[in-house]
Amino acid sequence: MAPVKKTRLGGNPKAPSVDPKEIENFSALAETWWDPAGPFRPLHKLNPTRLAFIRGQIENHFGPGQDSIVPFKGLKVLDIGCGGGLLCEPMTRLGAAVTGIDASEKNIQIAALHAKQSKLTITYRAIAGEDLAKTAARFDVILNMEVLEHVADIASFLKSCRTLLKKDGCMLFSTINRTPKAYALAILGAEYILGWLPRGTHSYQKFIKPSELDRYLRQAGFEIAELKGFIYDPVSASWKVGRNCAVNYAGLAVPE
Amino acid sequence: MGTRTAQKALKGIAQDAIISGGGMIGLTLGCGLAACGLKVAVIDTAKPETQMARAFDGRASAIAYASAKMLKAIGVWKHVKKYVQSIEEIHVSDEGSSLFVHFGESDAGNKPMGYMLENRHTRIALAKRQKELTNLDLYAPDRIESHATGPDEVTVILKSGKKLAAPLLISAEGRDSPLREQAGISLNAWAYKQTGIVATIEHELPHLGIAYEKFFPEGPFAILPLTGNRSSLVWSTREEFAPVIMALTDRAFEVEAAKKVGDFLGKVRVTGPRWSFPLSFMLAERATDERLALIGDAAHGMHPIAGQGLNMGFRDVAALVEVLVKAKRAGEDLGSAVVLERYERWRRTDNVALGAITDALTRLFSTGIKPVKALRDVGLGLVQKSPPAKKFFISHARGTFGKLPSLLKGEKPL
Repeated sequence: MAPVKKTRLGGNPKAPSVDPKEIENFSALAETWWDPAGPFRPLHKLNPTRLAFIRGQIENHFGPGQDSIVPFKGLKVLDIGCGGGLLCEPMTRLGAAVTGIDASEKNIQIAALHAKQSKLTITYRAIAGEDLAKTAARFDVILNMEVLEHVADIASFLKSCRTLLKKDGCMLFSTINRTPKAYALAILGAEYILGWLPRGTHSYQKFIKPSELDRYLRQAGFEIAELKGFIYDPVSASWKVGRNCAVNYAGLAVPE
Repeated sequence: MGTRTAQKALKGIAQDAIISGGGMIGLTLGCGLAACGLKVAVIDTAKPETQMARAFDGRASAIAYASAKMLKAIGVWKHVKKYVQSIEEIHVSDEGSSLFVHFGESDAGNKPMGYMLENRHTRIALAKRQKELTNLDLYAPDRIESHATGPDEVTVILKSGKKLAAPLLISAEGRDSPLREQAGISLNAWAYKQTGIVATIEHELPHLGIAYEKFFPEGPFAILPLTGNRSSLVWSTREEFAPVIMALTDRAFEVEAAKKVGDFLGKVRVTGPRWSFPLSFMLAERATDERLALIGDAAHGMHPIAGQGLNMGFRDVAALVEVLVKAKRAGEDLGSAVVLERYERWRRTDNVALGAITDALTRLFSTGIKPVKALRDVGLGLVQKSPPAKKFFISHARGTFGKLPSLLKGEKPL
């Protein structure tokens, strides 16, 4: 069993989508990816909601799996910006053959170590999307969750996503809207007032309006098939999927 | 490193969850998880037949309306249907006072408040359901010799030599849960200095599905309808009186019981043996630990004054099934801290609140002090005249209060 594939392209690739400052930020926190009480606590809280969303969307696109416990058998999934593997591991348990890539070598090391502990076989590579697109690897599903707002060159990034996706595949995405409400909640609230996220995790300029994302996706050869909001409910301290896309939103894109 | 076969021999039989304790709560949880597609092992120290024998447990339990919905959804109810007596009305009174509160079907939207069911029939039904579910294995009689918690799973070695592995171990071991003690989870507990005595009576006149709760200074006395012209008595008394009552001859006990019951059921005859158990309140300081969850009496015990002990256990079951089934469907690690935290959060408020309410009720109603008695009679009178207050008590009796897990609404969490 070899959960990690060593690659010549490891390290911090200088692909156009990679922002060195972002890689530095995440590498510094890498050790804490799997600590549910650590800096990534918000992501752990969001995880069940986005996993249910991902599952529902994939089942809509490909039709429901035969076995409800391992519905994704036979699907090749690519998780871009996989971090510590918070999505890769569940997707693997659901039967998918998962590749996780991240521009931070540190993240990949942590992710591979954790997969080994969990006795899961996952291919992890420290590589940028653009560089993986130059290889022959192609996927049925691409996960682009909480990544776009950290990407330097979105147009180039989405173009390589299109290359990596099979013609009948689908891509899940989620990011943060650029609205005053998003600024108030995601930056002032989450980073400064509540201290949920380390300061500097997000920058307002990199938030993306759905209309802008729609344009980028069309240019890259995708169209949006579904768009929903991820809404935080402070009373139950949990996330819900709803219509309001003013802060966090997610969706499904398919090749045009 | 050894050979592949050697490694395989060391691996336990893989499960989604291992439940220690195959009593009413443990097996209900097993059936619930298995009915939703999970692979589950239940371990119990007793022989299955022992639990179902008449002498093992002569008690009957109130099954709240919501709990019954869950038992239907997981396929257990069909096996108990003919032994179930519905509770159409609840009549609460204070001895020596003419005031009473009456909760009827019209207060509950013309549906029963709940059901009475002898524990023996519940146990038999669960055993039948267990045999129907191919992904639910029962190891009994057997016991956990040792268990080891690793980064990804718990490995359990049984006395029989069998080895099991799962991401999560669940204790449904009752009040003296060894797994809870080994995890170092402490208890908040106190005794009420009361003992509950349980017996079954036959009576001349029909009970019409009415449950009676009468408050005496030495403790509450409940007459709960069973099928036919039979009722279950729960006689709470001061702990020093209990041995005396238990030592009475059958004839003398029958006379004393009949006095407490009153004359509205006609001639009363005690059938079968009596059971006694000390009444106490306890709440585990937390319901989870590393790859461990506590349910039912392992996590909390309360005074049977409101007939809620078993139902609180069923609420644990419904919440844990929902959390685990959803986590399984999302591919999450079932024993991870993030998943267990959802269960802990969900149950915490519920158990603390109901524990506090029943504790307050017990203290309020177990006193003969005149001013307190006067106040509580005023309270009873007010509740009787106030629809919102009645609604509050009814929703608790029926188990339909709070944020309900799907199973308590009669649906499987999908």
